[in-house]
Amino acid sequence: MRAEGPAGAAGGSEAAASPPGATDAATFPATRRRVRDGARFCGLFALARPAGGAQLLSVVSADGALVVEEVPVAAGERRYSSLAHEIPASGWYERRIRDLFGIEPVGHPRPDPLVFPVPPGAYAPLGPAGEPEAAMSPDLTPLAPHVHGEGVFAIPYGPVRSGVFEAVEYLLETSGEDIPHLRTRIFYKHRGVESRFAGMSADDGVLLAERVEGVASVAHALAFSAAVERLGEVAVPLQAELVRVVHAELERVANHLDTMVRHTEAAGQAVAYAVISHHKERVQRLRARLCGSRFGRGVVVPGGIGQSLRLRPAEVLAAIAPLQRRIDEDVRRLMGTPSFVDRLRGTGVLSRDDARRFAVVGPVGRASGEAEDVRTSRPYGGYAWLGHRVVEHRTDGDALARQLVRIDEIAGAFHLVRQAADMLGELGEPASWRATVPPVSGRAIGWAEAPQGELLTVVEADGGQLAQVTQRSASFHNLAAYPAAFPKDIFTDVAFIEASFGLSIAGAAC
Amino acid sequence: MPWIPRGVRDGIVTSRYPRQPDGFGPFFFGHVHVAPALGDGPEALADAVRACPTEAITFDGDAVRLDRGRCVLCARCVVLAPGTFRADPGFETAAFGRRALVVPPGEGDDAQVAEARARLARRVRGLRRSVHVRHVDAGSDGSEEWEVAALTNPVYDVQRLGVFFTASPKHADVLLVTGAGSAGMERPLRETYDLMPEPKVVVAVGVDAASGGMVGERYAARGGVAQLVPVDVFVPGSPPSPFGILHGILAAVGILGSRPHDGAEDPAGRSRT
Repeated sequence: MRAEGPAGAAGGSEAAASPPGATDAATFPATRRRVRDGARFCGLFALARPAGGAQLLSVVSADGALVVEEVPVAAGERRYSSLAHEIPASGWYERRIRDLFGIEPVGHPRPDPLVFPVPPGAYAPLGPAGEPEAAMSPDLTPLAPHVHGEGVFAIPYGPVRSGVFEAVEYLLETSGEDIPHLRTRIFYKHRGVESRFAGMSADDGVLLAERVEGVASVAHALAFSAAVERLGEVAVPLQAELVRVVHAELERVANHLDTMVRHTEAAGQAVAYAVISHHKERVQRLRARLCGSRFGRGVVVPGGIGQSLRLRPAEVLAAIAPLQRRIDEDVRRLMGTPSFVDRLRGTGVLSRDDARRFAVVGPVGRASGEAEDVRTSRPYGGYAWLGHRVVEHRTDGDALARQLVRIDEIAGAFHLVRQAADMLGELGEPASWRATVPPVSGRAIGWAEAPQGELLTVVEADGGQLAQVTQRSASFHNLAAYPAAFPKDIFTDVAFIEASFGLSIAGAAC
Repeated sequence: MPWIPRGVRDGIVTSRYPRQPDGFGPFFFGHVHVAPALGDGPEALADAVRACPTEAITFDGDAVRLDRGRCVLCARCVVLAPGTFRADPGFETAAFGRRALVVPPGEGDDAQVAEARARLARRVRGLRRSVHVRHVDAGSDGSEEWEVAALTNPVYDVQRLGVFFTASPKHADVLLVTGAGSAGMERPLRETYDLMPEPKVVVAVGVDAASGGMVGERYAARGGVAQLVPVDVFVPGSPPSPFGILHGILAAVGILGSRPHDGAEDPAGRSRT
């Protein structure tokens, strides 16, 4: 592992280091310009090309549309000038592309390995030599400290932590109680999902997409299917789109309740923990009653849905009314409990500036005054037919603001489920729940607003066979901003900050 | 103190499982049932084999076998060959050893599974009253963690059965492993296992842990966790329900009886304690 970063650097953000060492003319001129002009950076992707070349794709969101800029990387070249100085949000993407494709971002301020630290001498798993046949092992060498000074020490925490958590390692550097610097190592969970898509049919691909980030299975299946449907110019039956909304919104409710469960657990609120986790269990059971899976799996397929709701629309309405009433009541009680709220207020502040620099998405962004909700900014599927208002942005940027945004979103989600069920009741059964998808070729981007935020899928296919698929989860995008929320906090706040970001490591490291 | 009256308002929400069946069983698609006699023509069965995304089905012209350690419950086979495959509810699907996940059992499988089970029962004889569980994520998709964590909510409330989660592997009797066996977790998982005192039991949770599931085996995934630590009990499902995981833990430590080839043939999900 290379030692990097200036000694004593605090803050823990991507862009806090040395001046750019850009070699050739800056790549992605249009992307740099658009972001300067206020566009939101959405991601940087690499697509393999024959004979060792590659195509880099930068995606920004401007005025309700995605704008793509492409830069070819020649086989012998395999480098480009880094965007990370100008656009900190791109820093993690560049590190990921370096790890997996072996394409070097020249001038990256902190080019540490991220999703798969390739040992010296080994080649990048998705690089020009093709996917390795043999098993590879990542380099587990502990990180060298960034922060130096009297009494400063580093605490590695993870990947096996106390409690039932996903595997991740945090390196906390501290002189005692405060946390001036934190780094996250996510590669423990890297499974090589991206290469698994290659050669699959779209029907198999959606099953894998559901398992990229299991807690957001429906959103991943939606974004993947949207990309395939765009390629095939498929019109999905409206009723199928509405069923998708029901599942996607219940998934949002379950995820938001999960962050609340983790907050109450961290705060040691035993009764609140029991009550809120019971609500989450009720939602999961309702989801199972609707499709047989507690995670909504097997519902969303390219072209429509694989199975209709197992409850009639009126039964759905009857099931969610008491559920929402009870959740409302208990959440209000929880937010009126000072010993709970005090743990969240002022904890883990992500400033509006940092939220903007890292182009943070989802509830985390909306709590720091940023981020669009793609259900309204780029309406997809059933959302174009339903009345949906983005929750009011908050600006405090602390764990409490994130919690309040999620509470509003739970209400919004139930509202959408009600509308979708109403409309399904009026429309009746369609002739078919699923449109035929022709063998697709070409490249398309699909998206969805997952519970964690905007989710993008880049699909490249040829003759009905997937060539490459990148599922860019909101968790991956937001994790880059995670360290920026720490400098003012102390050890006992870590559990709250982690819970309030609501990230899935599986989705970030896939 | 508004929480105190709130805490008792709902009465008892805790499941009586395993002493009594739980009403949730019939709503959860637990596993694919394979009919003992072929109910479909060879063409339909060949279609089902081809459609399976994880190559869980084999058909040699006479007999069909399904590997539940690979099955992700997509139910395509149920649609293509409904005379042979059936989507069944129920969650008591834990199996003693990898071979016990293949249904229907082959010749000699039952005896072998029974033997593995007896060996395990001898090993864990001292654990019957209370067990401490350590969970390790070895590259899951994140959903299994939700289901494991759900065991502490008031519906499952596993402490009533003497099952406790522990932070230290040195206090743990049972290792719950989730995930496809990611390369990065190979060493941390092994280190955790080595720290556990004897006797120790390993339960692989989910189809990913059994075979890699949809991810399979590749440069960064080991195709399940059985190559990394010796697994005693497999809980299939993608992901398994909290009841399924609970069934796996209880079966592993001998608190609960389980038939050698899954206790799940009963569609009502009734337990057979």
